[in-house]
Amino acid sequence: MATRTPLSRSIAAHAVLIAYTVIALFPVFVIVINSFKSRRAIFAEPLAIPTPDTFDLVGYTTVLKQGDFFQYFQNSMVVTCGSLFFVLLFGAMAAFALSEYRFRGNTLMGLYLALGIMIPIRLGTVAILQMMVASGLVNTLTALVLVYTAQGLPLAVFILSEFMKQVSDDLKNAGRIDGLSEYRIFFTLVLPLVRPAMATVAVFTMIPIWNDLWFPLILAPAEEVKTITLGSQVFIGQFVTNWNAVLAALSLAIVPVLVLYLIFSRQLIRGITAGAVK
Amino acid sequence: MAGRKPVRWHIAVFLAPAVLVYTAMMIVPLFGTLNLSLYTSVDRISQFAGLDNFRTLFGDPRWADAFWNALGNNGWFFLIHMLVQNPIGIVLAALLSSPRLRMAAFYRTAIFIPTILSFVIVGFVWKLILSPIWGIAPGMLDFVGLKSLFAPWLGKEEYALTALALVSVWQFVGIPMMLIYAALLSIPDEVLEAAEMDGITGMSQFWKIKLPLILPSIGIISILTFVGNFNAFDLIYVSQGALAGPDFATDILGTFLYRTFFGFQLQLGDPHMGATIATAMFGIILVGVCFYLFAIQTRLRRYQF
Repeated sequence: MATRTPLSRSIAAHAVLIAYTVIALFPVFVIVINSFKSRRAIFAEPLAIPTPDTFDLVGYTTVLKQGDFFQYFQNSMVVTCGSLFFVLLFGAMAAFALSEYRFRGNTLMGLYLALGIMIPIRLGTVAILQMMVASGLVNTLTALVLVYTAQGLPLAVFILSEFMKQVSDDLKNAGRIDGLSEYRIFFTLVLPLVRPAMATVAVFTMIPIWNDLWFPLILAPAEEVKTITLGSQVFIGQFVTNWNAVLAALSLAIVPVLVLYLIFSRQLIRGITAGAVK
Repeated sequence: MAGRKPVRWHIAVFLAPAVLVYTAMMIVPLFGTLNLSLYTSVDRISQFAGLDNFRTLFGDPRWADAFWNALGNNGWFFLIHMLVQNPIGIVLAALLSSPRLRMAAFYRTAIFIPTILSFVIVGFVWKLILSPIWGIAPGMLDFVGLKSLFAPWLGKEEYALTALALVSVWQFVGIPMMLIYAALLSIPDEVLEAAEMDGITGMSQFWKIKLPLILPSIGIISILTFVGNFNAFDLIYVSQGALAGPDFATDILGTFLYRTFFGFQLQLGDPHMGATIATAMFGIILVGVCFYLFAIQTRLRRYQF
């Protein structure tokens, strides 16, 4: 394609994009640099980069001494990985059934499962809490895993069934002729082929679960099952005047998501541009 | 012997786990909540109350004022997202998708970072930056000679909601950007080349060719924004607390639901009124989604390439 972008227009585009990138990253930058400074430096020169004079780790030591951050982190990992596992497994199974077989009620079932994309699960909170109280699951990680699995399934089924329709029928039929059961076809032939789509779904599912405040606050507020999001919220609330600790806690909370995002970002962008949401 | 087709049990096995979890955790509680809103408890015995709870919520001054306030605030919150977030997202996507742009991947990754941060981080980061004590915002305004414009935005009734809506825009602008970007990339080169042959380039190409082609994506983004906004809670809770101060100026339906259901300060939680508010939210979201599905989506022309 022979588009000649004039130099001036290309410079203008870069200027706008750079300006917005600065706006997007500035708050994160401010928090991280100040978390490494002494209390006085934080207030005197909030925008300065830490120098040997002003460098101070007191915030981090306070956080690591006070909060049970490792416990919270572990809880978040268990909840996120557990929910992710069930969303991907159950979602892929249902997507396979919907895209592979023709049976009565297929479309209806697809619509039923897609309903949850538009209707937020939070609206059922009152009844969910009553149910969890009745079954004794309040303040357990199981309760969170169950809720998040239900929350993630609709989008997972929707995206995965789009992708599974593209898996060649010849391949599956060859498997059937070789005498593979439907389960073997699913697990050994289809699943490996939709792995890229699974990664996209994983990212979309993981971020809201890791960041959720509503359900941990309502279903699992006890100390030993707090997630890191709720834990840092409570911690920051208690240490509002200890700026070193607050900034360090914020930095510690940013790092895990940031690392995960940078690992998966190529996959995420490929998944979106591949047309999952066209 | 024309035996019936064997029951294909594997279909049921494949579907069962997802359908069971989804039904038990999402559909049943949703209807449970709708049902709960029709009851009221008198001396701890629940009684059928018909639509009385809704009459209270919409008409009784003790509830109605708070409800209409929250609904109005929520409407403003949504309006700001539609007027600021989505246009910015479209502009960024249009710039990113221009051919031969260098560092496009870097910009895309960086601009999407706020979206992955948790509300706890976002709320506190902006609270600190806008705080008059720390002085980053006033300091920067001073630098460009506009210090007189500074106000403790989050603490003033007239600005707080707008300020928080803009923080939320900052956080979520990556989503419309990504979706529009994907839509722009899927426009085939032949279409753009044909436009260029006809002398339509640059801005007029965007308005005349690209924008009509991405309208369906803009529709999807609008409805996603709508559902997300009318279901929002975390950002307000994190930065202003459950009371959504100052003086309920930032109260939206999510925080109102939370306060009603769990109680705050001296007021006890009320599951029935909580369920009533959740049902009202359900109704609002349903109306919005139906409006989109029947009035907007069917009128948007889709082009197949």
